[in-house]
Amino acid sequence: MNLITPDSGLLFWMVLIFGIVFFILAKWGFPAITGMVDKRNAHIDESLRLAEEARVRMSKLAQEQEELIAKTRQEQARILKDAAQARSEILAQAKEDAKAQTADMVEKAREQIENERETALRDIRRQVALLSVDVAEKVLREKLSNDQAQQALIDRFVNESRSNS
Amino acid sequence: MRGMRKIMILLMVLLSPALLRAEETDIGKVIFDHVLDSYEWHITDWKGKPVAIHLPVILIDGGIKTFNSEHILETGEYAGYHIAPEGAPHEGKIVRADGSKPFDISITKNVLQLFINALLLLVIVLLTARWYRRHDALKEHPTGIAALMEPLIMMVHEMARENIGEEDYRRYSPFLLTVFLFILFSNFIGIIPFFPGGANLTGNIACTLVLALFTFFTVNLTGTKHYYKEIFSPDVPGLLKPIMAVIEFFSALVKPISLTIRLFANMLAGHIQILCMVCIIFILSKYGPLMTGGATVISVFFGIFLDVLEVLISFIQAYIFTMLSSIYIGMARQKAE
Repeated sequence: MNLITPDSGLLFWMVLIFGIVFFILAKWGFPAITGMVDKRNAHIDESLRLAEEARVRMSKLAQEQEELIAKTRQEQARILKDAAQARSEILAQAKEDAKAQTADMVEKAREQIENERETALRDIRRQVALLSVDVAEKVLREKLSNDQAQQALIDRFVNESRSNS
Repeated sequence: MRGMRKIMILLMVLLSPALLRAEETDIGKVIFDHVLDSYEWHITDWKGKPVAIHLPVILIDGGIKTFNSEHILETGEYAGYHIAPEGAPHEGKIVRADGSKPFDISITKNVLQLFINALLLLVIVLLTARWYRRHDALKEHPTGIAALMEPLIMMVHEMARENIGEEDYRRYSPFLLTVFLFILFSNFIGIIPFFPGGANLTGNIACTLVLALFTFFTVNLTGTKHYYKEIFSPDVPGLLKPIMAVIEFFSALVKPISLTIRLFANMLAGHIQILCMVCIIFILSKYGPLMTGGATVISVFFGIFLDVLEVLISFIQAYIFTMLSSIYIGMARQKAE
């Protein structure tokens, strides 16, 4: 049998068998496989795309969250600061008020004390006056045994009280 | 290194008596008997008698005539037919009494190998397809036969996409896949040295010619207008046009021939190389037992090397045939810019 002459029998069988195999595989074999794998590849691509999108969205969310937290912190700090300020203001106000009130009260107390003292002094003065009048009367009752002396003394008193008043 | 040498010498001594009985052999005949087609499938010799499958002879000679090849091989003549002797026009074939050849579609060794390969290919690919029908590929990774076949199939599928273009590669990918897997399986099975493999199918020019013609007709029957314009009226200055047209026309004709010869020659050469390595033992056996042992060791080492190389070449040749086919198809699918 010759090496490089194509043998007609094998040619015939080859065409027939290869044709049949090709027909069967092209109809029921390869399209099922490649179609499925192509579909799977598309599915994988799609899934990867979605995952990427989700990742981007997640990172955006995280960023937003961070921003929100930062903002909240700022707000908190601001509120705390305000509160501290308000507290110190209120305290200062209260202190001032208290001081003013105290001063007022002290003033009033002083006035009262002054008044009391005045009244007391007046009382005392009156008492002293009465006492001294009494004493004087008693002394005078002794001394003024005569009318002359009495008159002289009255005059002097009148003068004195006049110059006093 | 010294240990290695010791082992080699030991092997030589051990192997030498086994082959003492090897007689003078016509090496050329042995090799060509192995790579050529035949009417029987010789499996082995058992107790001096050949064990062979005698295949049916089918002749179309004014009606279909069939008989067992055993008859004609034993006596050399049967029912008015005989096997053409060496030097005759149809050497080794069954011919009529006057030496002319009837249309011979006998189930020869290569044809039986073709049946086996085709069956194997069908079973494997259809089983793979069944896996994809029964499983949801979107939820499971391929297992078993699908895991084995998917990379090969998708490799060719992607090659078709690259070379033919996104638009209509799906129409051609089944053809390219069939060609690729057929050549790959045939090449691999051809390396197996015993039944049901070992017939030199892809190293037979008829087989590769048919494959190349399938490609040729696929290319030329589905070519675009642009493709034919490039062949018969290429875009060159006036005087060059007829010359270029002739060149283009012959290049289109030569493509299938180059496909045929490349695959055929590569696979045939591979088979002959391995057979030569084995035959070194028989050639050197007449120089004594030690020489035989040495030759055995060497031929086993080189045989392993060549077998591994042959596996690589089997894949490469299948790949090249498919890739060139897809490129030719891609060229024929070009559209005018």
